[in-house]
Amino acid sequence: MASLITCPHCGVRPKEEFAIRGDASLLRPAPTASDEAWHDYVYVRANPRGRTLEHWQHVGGCRRFLVVERDTFTHEVHSVTDGAAFARENGR
Amino acid sequence: MTAYRLTTGGLVDRSRALSFNFDGRPLRGFVGDTLASALIANDQLLVGRSFKYHRPRGIVSAGPSEPNALVTIGPGARSDPNTKATVAELYAGLTARSQNRWPSLGFDIGAVSDLLSLFIGAGFYYKTFMWPAQLWEKLYEPLIRRAAGFGRVVLERDPDTYEKSWAHCDLLVVGGGPTGLMAALTAARAGLRVILADEDFRLGGSLLSETQAIDGAPAHVFADRVVAELQALPNVTLLPRTTVFGWYDDNVFGAVERVQKHVAEPLAKLATERVWRVVARRALLATGAEERPLVFGGNDRPGVMMAGALRTYANRYGVAAGRSVAIFTNGSAGYQAARDLHAKGIAIAAIVDSRAAAEDAAPEGTRVIRSASVVDTKGRRRVSGMVVERSGFEELVACDVVGMSGGWSPVIHLACQRGAKPVWSDQLSAFVAPDVSGRLRLAGSANGIYTLSGCLGDGVAKASVIASELGFKPAQDALPETGEEADPSFTALWYAPGAKSKAFVDFQNDVHAKDLGLALREGFGHVEHAKRYTTSGMATDQGKLSNINAVGILAGMRGVKPADVGTTTFRPFYTPVSFGALAGPARDKHAAPIRKSPLHEWARKNGATFVEAGLWYRSAWFPRAGEKTGRESVDREVLNVRANAGICDVSTLGKIELFGPDAAEFLNRLYCNTLLKLPVGKARYGLMLREDGFVHDDGTVSRLAEEHFLVTTTTAMAGGVMSHMEYCSQVLWPDLKVRFCSVSDQWAQIAIAGPKARGVMQQLVEDDISDEAFPLLAAGAVTLKGGLKARLFRISFSGELAFELAVPAGFGMAVADQLMDVGRAFDICAYGVEALNVLRLEKGLATHAEFDGRVTPDDCGLGRMVSPHKADFIGKHLSSRYGLTAADRMQLVGLKPVDREKDIRAGAHLLREGMKPSTLNDQGWVSSACFSPSLGHHIALGFLKSGRERYGERIVVWDKLRDQEVVAEVCDPVFVDPEKARMKA
Amino acid sequence: MRYSAFSIVKNALSGNLKWKPQWRQAEPKSHYDVLIVGGGGHGLATAYYLAKEFGVKNVAVLEKGYLGSGNVGRNTTIVRSNYMLPGNEPFYEFSMKLWEGLERELNYNVMLSQRGVIMLYHSDGQRDAYIRRGNAMWMEGVAAELIERDQLKKMIPFLNYDHARYPILGGLLQRRAGTARHDAVAWGYARGADRHGVDIIEHCEVTAIRRENGIVTGVETTKGFIGCGKLALAAAGNTSRVGEMADLKLPIESHVLQAFVTEGLKPCIDHVIVYGGGHFYISQSDKGGLVFGAEIDGYTSYAQRGNLATAEHVMEEGVTMIPGLSRVRVLRSWAGVMDMSMDGSPIIDRTPIDNLYLNCGWCYGGFKATPASGYCFAHLIAKNDTHPVARFLRLDRFARGYAVDEAGAGPQPNLH
Repeated sequence: MASLITCPHCGVRPKEEFAIRGDASLLRPAPTASDEAWHDYVYVRANPRGRTLEHWQHVGGCRRFLVVERDTFTHEVHSVTDGAAFARENGR
Repeated sequence: MTAYRLTTGGLVDRSRALSFNFDGRPLRGFVGDTLASALIANDQLLVGRSFKYHRPRGIVSAGPSEPNALVTIGPGARSDPNTKATVAELYAGLTARSQNRWPSLGFDIGAVSDLLSLFIGAGFYYKTFMWPAQLWEKLYEPLIRRAAGFGRVVLERDPDTYEKSWAHCDLLVVGGGPTGLMAALTAARAGLRVILADEDFRLGGSLLSETQAIDGAPAHVFADRVVAELQALPNVTLLPRTTVFGWYDDNVFGAVERVQKHVAEPLAKLATERVWRVVARRALLATGAEERPLVFGGNDRPGVMMAGALRTYANRYGVAAGRSVAIFTNGSAGYQAARDLHAKGIAIAAIVDSRAAAEDAAPEGTRVIRSASVVDTKGRRRVSGMVVERSGFEELVACDVVGMSGGWSPVIHLACQRGAKPVWSDQLSAFVAPDVSGRLRLAGSANGIYTLSGCLGDGVAKASVIASELGFKPAQDALPETGEEADPSFTALWYAPGAKSKAFVDFQNDVHAKDLGLALREGFGHVEHAKRYTTSGMATDQGKLSNINAVGILAGMRGVKPADVGTTTFRPFYTPVSFGALAGPARDKHAAPIRKSPLHEWARKNGATFVEAGLWYRSAWFPRAGEKTGRESVDREVLNVRANAGICDVSTLGKIELFGPDAAEFLNRLYCNTLLKLPVGKARYGLMLREDGFVHDDGTVSRLAEEHFLVTTTTAMAGGVMSHMEYCSQVLWPDLKVRFCSVSDQWAQIAIAGPKARGVMQQLVEDDISDEAFPLLAAGAVTLKGGLKARLFRISFSGELAFELAVPAGFGMAVADQLMDVGRAFDICAYGVEALNVLRLEKGLATHAEFDGRVTPDDCGLGRMVSPHKADFIGKHLSSRYGLTAADRMQLVGLKPVDREKDIRAGAHLLREGMKPSTLNDQGWVSSACFSPSLGHHIALGFLKSGRERYGERIVVWDKLRDQEVVAEVCDPVFVDPEKARMKA
Repeated sequence: MRYSAFSIVKNALSGNLKWKPQWRQAEPKSHYDVLIVGGGGHGLATAYYLAKEFGVKNVAVLEKGYLGSGNVGRNTTIVRSNYMLPGNEPFYEFSMKLWEGLERELNYNVMLSQRGVIMLYHSDGQRDAYIRRGNAMWMEGVAAELIERDQLKKMIPFLNYDHARYPILGGLLQRRAGTARHDAVAWGYARGADRHGVDIIEHCEVTAIRRENGIVTGVETTKGFIGCGKLALAAAGNTSRVGEMADLKLPIESHVLQAFVTEGLKPCIDHVIVYGGGHFYISQSDKGGLVFGAEIDGYTSYAQRGNLATAEHVMEEGVTMIPGLSRVRVLRSWAGVMDMSMDGSPIIDRTPIDNLYLNCGWCYGGFKATPASGYCFAHLIAKNDTHPVARFLRLDRFARGYAVDEAGAGPQPNLH
């Protein structure tokens, strides 16, 4: 990461083609969910040192939101998947 | 005369002399010289002054680790301060100036600080200059600043150009010495795409200074043969004059190529420097090893040099740094230097060896003093002798050069830039690279292998492993033949005991051994603390020579091994890289892309004054003859819109077109107001929140067909809203059947506003656009006369009867011209964003001056837009938090100066009359203000605590920054036509 | 030993052999009234003020690395109080005032250099936003000046007045703002705290937080268990990691911010200059190096290193603002791990867990806050009551809807 991201649609592309949105592990709560659930969704972050899931948008390419699984300490990228596919798999 | 050019030998081209200039002195050198070798040939060893004590300093090394020989090269705006003379390639007309001295290199007033050195040791400044406080900025700091620093920068526009390039390869070899050349050759012959980068202007590395034969030929001839073969191979890119400065994630390397730094006048068509980003499947560091200086009394006197550098100057450049060279060594390298110099006819005054015994062969007739130490040097601006101590006896040995050799440190910088810590090797008495990743390896001297045959062999071996890993078949060629080699061992010596004067560790920053002692005494014994407290290793050479000795000395003082002290952190850049090279061409007007509306030329033709708006240039106003200020033009445009008609380019608005059975549902979730039931053929104002409940952006939503929508965004947020919609669609609601794309660039959009707008439009549009047929907020396809399909919206941002006409971008100019033509009869005028702003301000409409990321819809008087009935939309839940609904929030109000002659300006704050200014008393602020030509006085929009309850109240508009206080009346933000009669006309 | 010109002369005459360690290498006791996790600027300042101002002397500071090894030793040394929002401005001005007396307070020269910080504006909208900010400063009694283009040209002649993509129209100047020597701040507070009896324990990493009946009673460390009355976290980029040990859920992301220094140069830039067309800022250290930086790399990271693309972008902004930088060589880049909060403002507060106190969310502005952060945190710990200037900087402000969002960027840390 940091230098190159392998976009599942476009191939290996440089970092500067992407915009980083943030934590991809969070699920948007139901509208009727508790105040706490909404607070946690919008404001609380696990912020792990190690593997994390992050939304990167390929703004300079296919414009897809990608879920980048990477290590916040070594900067190694473990996987990159399409955000919509990830969302469907994870029950959104 | 002591230093001189040897009569023969060296790889310089003696048939091609070059004239250059140092401190105003015209001098001569040869093609193939560095500035340093040419200076030595001209007996100019003294080239600079040190940082703190302003001691005279000479050339120490023959490469990029040089701490002393920093000069400013080049004239005027092309001057490069702090350039290392040891790597600066000599060219005809080169001008160099010494630094950090006044009035001259020979006589430097600053040297008085050397006399005070007892009082200004490490960290002295933390302990004094505290009283009186005012004197720090006025007296002490300017003195320190003036004394410190090195070169002078002119801060003028750089006449040169820079560029960047990506490169991709199977193997990047860093370093073109024996190891790198063999590695590149092995890999290239096996078919790998190879890039070989070397910082030197000539490939060959240590082979260019080597006297040993390879395959029966001189080493440099062997190097040339390999280079020639590499050059002929199509899968090889050779990058001489290229420094690989950084190793980044994913095996991407940053490198800078000095394309034209070796010419007086760079060609304009070529970049002067080029930054490469090299994506390498594998990389091999063949970066060699650095010879260590020895820390002994008086080791900074000009003429004290690295033994290896003396060899290089003699063998490669054909220059002798002196006529009588003494060597101080702790290993074989000192003897090798002595042998090479002796062979060139240079006298060897003595070899002082810190070891008791050694197998190394001294040149015939040379005196070797074992178990001895150099404790001082003599001479003023040049060494004239050294004091040798052995068994308590001191002896002065006359010499004009002292060559020092303290052993070797592998150059592992790049391998340790990504967090891995160097590992101490007892066997090598050095820090070596840890196992960093299978994608980067080290070979040769960088890997602790110091013999020539070992380096050649390791280069082949490592390249073969890499080739195999990548699926190539390396050939099993025989290794080149080398002669018998000396044992390259040494016995580490961190500090030569008994120093009679300052024994420098870091030459450039003037850190001597006692400074490290003081640091330790004061509790700064950790290697990072010692560095930061003494500044050791923080100079422009980043401690390439000094760091290892500092570690050794700290270890000795603390009674631990160097392994326990560890190193400071290696970070980019390996050697300093210019701002210009890293910035490349993206500067000045190219700093950000330029976007121009499809109507840009139309606006230019009509005399527009343009203004930057994000990436766009927008027309600000259209001055006419006789108008002296922008205000005059803007006032005229506003009045004309209110009286007649005006047209304005609004193409820069974001435009997104959506399709699909769920498009309505999607938009309904995206905006806080209801859109589900928006009828086909209608537009509606839409307000979008962030998930935290604050306003994100606004615009219009038009339903062009049941499953077909067009939304507009503000110019500033076009990209952000598009991205937000993509996030919502792809991540939050991937199952909604909706597709959309930005059509911002596909449509030119023109606002036509004013009481005569319909009259103008009807001239152009085939369709019936009467109020009955095309009422307020109508939206849909129309046909222009002549057949062009367009889109028309009856929306108004001015409060006037208004249309927005969208046509395919390519027709924008023609349509705008046509509008101006047919509009002439209606007294139409073009108006710019300034008039647009005044028109909306008179109507109390909010823009991003109001939507500053901290306001709710209710703050802006748009609270009723937020649907209480919708189950969900972005921002719904968190909108209900206490802080977002509190009664004392600031609300949008209008402001009119009580004295109508006064003006109000944006950015002012609001205070109750008679209250003292304080953060607690702050009542709000002015978000937008202008002169209203319609009303004839200034008006403003602002946010005021509980503002809507306070219409009629007098409030102080407090602009302390511009020393202005105005009393204003709080009022409804709609200043003009609150009944909206004009818009509905 | 008191530091002065006299002490320097006296020690020099005895060969500089009698200087004492600036702080003791303490070994942990079994129990402290207050344990502070994090031996950076904020942790050390907290310890200092606890002992000096609030009479809490049985205090230890635990640092996992060497003292000052975090962001206090890797920032761009800027000190200013030019904020806009009422939640921030009084706090940072309180800090500024502490800075102005810090050298006498600590008997340590932190080289506070009030050379002025100027933020450039490039459009009318940006000018208006800066005027709003300048007036907010004045509301708090903090002097600010609007420098218009002609005046700016005289003051800083080498800016890109003629060729910039975004024209340089003027700037907002705070003259009292400037720089300070970052390491010296850590060392000065360490020495001061040590002199008031605080134990500074380096190379001691907290590995767990012990709780009994929901109340924090101490920490497990690499040097064994240490009991405490109160536990105070000042762990910056590692806040989430330490907080996790007590199951704290925090509004923090760790991001990497790069900084750079050039080779040493004779004095050429006399102010701290902030580019309004991007994020670039620059000043010249007393040693001569130009110290500069810009935006964060953008992704969460605990690695103290940055990426090349961001570095290149920083240089682009640099030469666009000051064309003459083009031939200056950049010596070194480094990076720090920033505790980015969800609104860009810090948190100094109690936590839902008894005896556990929190100081975090400094984003990339922690250095200038060091004195006030330490003072207010000490006040909170000692009195169990929020200091008035920190009253908006609460942990529950997001739940209540009182974000202190200086950038107006919303809950996305990498936009602040």
